[in-house]
Amino acid sequence: MPRITRKWELFPGRNRFCCDGRVMMAPQTGVFYVTICLIAGTSGLFFAFDCPFLAEHITPAIPVIGCLLFIFVMSALFRTSFSDPGVIPRATPDEAAYIEKQIEVPNNGNSPTYRPPPRTKEVLVRGQPVKLKYCFTCKIFRPPRASHCSLCDNCVERFDHHCPWVGNCVGRRNYRYFYAFIVSLAFLCVFILACAVTHLIMLTKDNKPFVEAVRESPGSVVVSVICFFSVWSILGLAGFHTYLTTSNQTTNEDIKGSFTSKRGQESFNPYSQGNICGNCFYVLCGPAPPSLIDRRGVVTPEYRAEQKRVSEDCVITNNKVYGTVKVVQPQSNGNSVPPVDIEAGEQSTMVHEPSAWGTHQQQQQQPQHNDSSQQSSQPSHLDSLNDITSNSVTHLVMNELPLASLPLAPIDIDEIAPLPPPSIVMNNNNSMNNCNNMRSSSLLEPASVTTPLSASRLRLLQDTTMIESALDLDSLEEASIGHGSQTGLIKMGVP
Amino acid sequence: MPMSNHTPLEDMSSSRGQASNGPPPNCQKVFIQRDYSDGTMVKFQTRFPTELGDRLDRPTFEYTINQLNNYFAEAERASCSTYCEGCLACLTGYLIYICTETHYEKCLRKVAKFVSEQNDRVYRPRGLLLTDPTTRGLRLIEISVLDRPAS
Ligand SMILES: [Zn+2]
Ligand SMILES: [Zn+2]
Repeated sequence: MPRITRKWELFPGRNRFCCDGRVMMAPQTGVFYVTICLIAGTSGLFFAFDCPFLAEHITPAIPVIGCLLFIFVMSALFRTSFSDPGVIPRATPDEAAYIEKQIEVPNNGNSPTYRPPPRTKEVLVRGQPVKLKYCFTCKIFRPPRASHCSLCDNCVERFDHHCPWVGNCVGRRNYRYFYAFIVSLAFLCVFILACAVTHLIMLTKDNKPFVEAVRESPGSVVVSVICFFSVWSILGLAGFHTYLTTSNQTTNEDIKGSFTSKRGQESFNPYSQGNICGNCFYVLCGPAPPSLIDRRGVVTPEYRAEQKRVSEDCVITNNKVYGTVKVVQPQSNGNSVPPVDIEAGEQSTMVHEPSAWGTHQQQQQQPQHNDSSQQSSQPSHLDSLNDITSNSVTHLVMNELPLASLPLAPIDIDEIAPLPPPSIVMNNNNSMNNCNNMRSSSLLEPASVTTPLSASRLRLLQDTTMIESALDLDSLEEASIGHGSQTGLIKMGVP
Repeated sequence: MPMSNHTPLEDMSSSRGQASNGPPPNCQKVFIQRDYSDGTMVKFQTRFPTELGDRLDRPTFEYTINQLNNYFAEAERASCSTYCEGCLACLTGYLIYICTETHYEKCLRKVAKFVSEQNDRVYRPRGLLLTDPTTRGLRLIEISVLDRPAS
């Protein structure tokens, strides 16, 4: 019997598949194993050291409750990690060609003031204008709420964030599992902490010295310490996601401040069900959307041919871009690019939050090797970026290369998921006139001034949880950056 | 409606031969985009594409799209039974999804059935082929004009 090729084997994203496509995870799963070990190890110590004593002296219900909670936590975790977060399949060649034809603005190609085709499309969602951005990797206009995860290299529906702790994106299909995981983990953590502390207190009850109690049950001490330090971040995260759930927002939207009113323009969340209960029910128990990537489907010759066409198309476009367009590097020197009002709302900014980037950098080690073959085939204009050694930046540039290499195009740092080290800060300069005074001010200022709530909330979230992950900060809306329609420039602050 | 009977029939048999999947490449394709005006639920625009003017009449087309929209509305409707299903799944730690099919998946099956029925009854005889939107990530409905080369 000939071997059957299944579609996951030809999947264009960077995900890792196991069990013949049944299990789907992010490309790096190191932190996921840490999560499992922490939870299983702590619970194991709890069951070994505390449970026998507490079952005997208080109630046998304690091991039962602990066990149920533990099973629930683990099953929610595995559900989150192993399921498809809601990946939107990439466009077929015909569809891509159709969209490209649509966004192509008729112009005489060699005019000096070449205007790149608009890459956004505005639609009204319940009367609220929403920008759909074109994804160069997936060759589609992203549906509302979708975003591209640069770690997994997929557009994900209702993208929340990329969570390294669970080793997967969190999106439309697995948000409910993620939420269940976080909340049940908070319960488990509090429960174990309470039990372990009770155990220790009971051991020292009869005027025994604490050292004696520690000697008698060293596991309880370890468990208490681990739980004490993790419970705060877990509770913080659970609270944050409860808030998001009640308002039917995603982390991504909350940070971008998508629904905050700006410049007197009334803005509301068009996806909300209207009330808190409705939102909770809809997000957590609403209809479960199906996976749109047919991972286990059998590859037919036609499907294979189509995939081949997709990859060939890609190569051709890239060659064209390299061959004909002179690459302007606004990154190396902001002054080399004159301010052009290309597209209102095309500014991009990036809030760099210094905390917790270490985790990411560590994670980035791996893709660097994976990508190295691709990188070496890139023309040398990436060298200056490579010097900065942030893989995430090269990665970004590779993703958005066709865009980045258009002359005068505003650089969109759309898919910059892993935040680069603090030395590399994307600064949003409003125009050349503003450039200097902007530069002298705080690098974080544009975003933190204009979206104070979100930025501070982001920092709070990250400080309390260390979960920073791939927040897609694409295009903080025009108004939230401030000063009208100027081109956003990206500046690399190299120390 | 005048039409040459040979080509569509030939196309029909050939595409049947290639199993039920996918229209042949290199033919003209018409895309019906999503309509986001009511939120992110799956809904397709019912505007009649002019490219199909000589093949299809507007009511037939609108019937197909509206019917598809109804199926998807049914799939995504936040009804009591879906809530019960969701709550039950949550209580079992989502382990129930291993053995049962969700309401949405059942609806998608209906969609697939409807699409193939429409293809057999309406679209194939006119040299057109409707593609199940599920295979296109629910982004669009693809209608291939089988005997017209891609422009
Ligand atoms: Zn994408
Ligand atoms: Zn991801």
